[in-house]
Amino acid sequence: MLKVDTEKCTGCGECEESCTFEAIFVEDEVAVVNQDACTLCGICVDGCPEGALEIHVGEGLLTTNLSSWKGIWVVAECRSGVLAPVTLELLAKSRELAGELDTEVTAVLMGHKIESKAQELIFYGADRVLVVDHPELATFTDEVYGNILADLAKKENPEIILVGATAMGRSYIPRVATILETGLTADCTGLDVRAKDRALLQTRPAFGGNLLATIVCPGHRPQMATVRPHVMRANTPDPGRKGEVIHILPGENLLSHRVQVLESVKEQAEGPNLSEADVIVTAGRGFEQEKNVDLAKELADLLGGTVGATRAAVDAGWLSGRTQIGQTGVTVSPKLYMACGVSGAIQHIVGMQGSEIIVSINKDAEAPIFDVTTYGLVGDVKEILPLLIQRIQKERGL
Amino acid sequence: MKLEIGNWEEHKDVNVLPNFKFRISSFTLAMNIVVCIKQVPDAKTVRFDTEKGTLVREGVEAVINPFDFHALEAGLQLRDTYGGKVTVLSMGPPQAENALKEALSLGADKGILLSDRAFAGADTLATTYTLAKAIEKLGSVDLVLCGKQAIDGDTAQVGPGLAVRLGLPYVTCVNALSVLDDRKTMHLRRVNEDGYDMLELEMPALLTVLASLNTPRLPSLKGKMRAKKAEIPVWGASELGAKPDMVGLAGSATQVVSTSVPSFEARREMLEGSAEEQVEALVSRFKEAGIL
Repeated sequence: MLKVDTEKCTGCGECEESCTFEAIFVEDEVAVVNQDACTLCGICVDGCPEGALEIHVGEGLLTTNLSSWKGIWVVAECRSGVLAPVTLELLAKSRELAGELDTEVTAVLMGHKIESKAQELIFYGADRVLVVDHPELATFTDEVYGNILADLAKKENPEIILVGATAMGRSYIPRVATILETGLTADCTGLDVRAKDRALLQTRPAFGGNLLATIVCPGHRPQMATVRPHVMRANTPDPGRKGEVIHILPGENLLSHRVQVLESVKEQAEGPNLSEADVIVTAGRGFEQEKNVDLAKELADLLGGTVGATRAAVDAGWLSGRTQIGQTGVTVSPKLYMACGVSGAIQHIVGMQGSEIIVSINKDAEAPIFDVTTYGLVGDVKEILPLLIQRIQKERGL
Repeated sequence: MKLEIGNWEEHKDVNVLPNFKFRISSFTLAMNIVVCIKQVPDAKTVRFDTEKGTLVREGVEAVINPFDFHALEAGLQLRDTYGGKVTVLSMGPPQAENALKEALSLGADKGILLSDRAFAGADTLATTYTLAKAIEKLGSVDLVLCGKQAIDGDTAQVGPGLAVRLGLPYVTCVNALSVLDDRKTMHLRRVNEDGYDMLELEMPALLTVLASLNTPRLPSLKGKMRAKKAEIPVWGASELGAKPDMVGLAGSATQVVSTSVPSFEARREMLEGSAEEQVEALVSRFKEAGIL
């Protein structure tokens, strides 16, 4: 429960203002908690200038013997014979964390006919690779991948498990965390360690990126996180790096599954997929007609990127629903996001505000998209985009 | 035909979970559907205080999580086709009753509020335990439907975690589904980065759904009247027979240690001049950033 240290409390009212649930208020110059309304979100604790608030934590079901859990695991994702970029990004980050924790980095590689990837994982930073190669792993199922990883973790006791926050990772990793009865932090954009207790500090956006929360898993092991692709940098592979490759035969009991994959279909969009693209050019209502959307495609091609859509552009039938960016679509964080003819409804902004550089082009200088913009251009996309395309072509000598 | 599920015999080596025992009904006659919904702050009314790093409370309205409308719609359509009933569950503070009433106005048969002081501060581990205990208490289920994720936490972990607790197979990110003639087998389309997978499973099962699955209906006047009069039962830890150290903060593995609000204003630059001049300025910024 939330407790007020009445000695320290000055009755300044910061907590009352910050509480979303009207659960704390100042009465006779001291903070009082309505325990029935309090959700223990901790926002007031963080904001109290006097350090007068504290959340008293229950014992729960704690992992015993925390210090027996050692090492950092990166669970590799291999789609169509290619290691996902996020796996390589995580190996680089893990090397950094392993240095601080004085421990080793293990990559877990599951799939079929993927053994050749083990060396690649070592070149990118793994000290050890656990390879589970089995025909049942040729297609992804939550049950089999989840059971094998949970089983390995129980036998080897890693202190940290990191996985890419891809469609696959975000689907089966919650299964693993639930089986292991430990904490899992979704879609992290920052990772660090706290030396004094070896806690993994996991920073993640909530409320569509409007709030950044740092989360710890103090009493349970392993500490598990899925990490957003594209926010960390991979190391250059070092073909001289040596490591150990260990082959593991999964037990038959781990291989049964109740969901059958009938067919896997690739919808090869032009250019890279949205969540891995470096550059996204998004078309909004400002294009006015379907034929103008070709301008966005042309610019995206020129910049080696891909095209995204607002809800309005999807509803108008200009672009497919799977390219929709925002609250009910895809969340993206490319290096360059170009919002063209996008007014910036909050439902759209929450899906793209994590981008490194945001360029916005809109006729209306007051459009809310400019609130999250790095470089703003006021004007008609139908006039500005052709100029920009021409100018970039000239720059490239085309 | 009555089946007992939630039995993990073949997964004994990996399972340390409490065994949830509930029965599925004879689906040839009717379908028991549970839809899990969450009340979230309406994105349109939420403001953030960059200095304090917190949410601004004033004027925030609470709504049903947008994805959950699509889960509910799927449940209602299945019920309307095959018969049965749709029970809506929500864990939250007492005011989450409003979300359940809204679900009733859309056509859900029953709403149950899971609310207790002891549930406060729950992370996804404690939430899935609490929801699983409620489904166990309901006693009979063929299909559990959840939205892909809640728009406040954005974790997408409750659906899969709940399925594991219940011992059910699950599929996330569903954007198309059909029930075959045997009324037991489902075909599903699961969306991923590169395209989609076509999947088959047998109910009972749990699905998390995307917004592209369907278009939610609007409440009818009759529905609104019914919702107004409806009593929403409230189940707390004791009604659920939940272990106190597995719910709320006590049952949570993760804790928030700090929050902050990212600020964008400092970096904003509005490029000036004619269209040509603005484009020229942008190209030079692109060169500085190494984009060109």
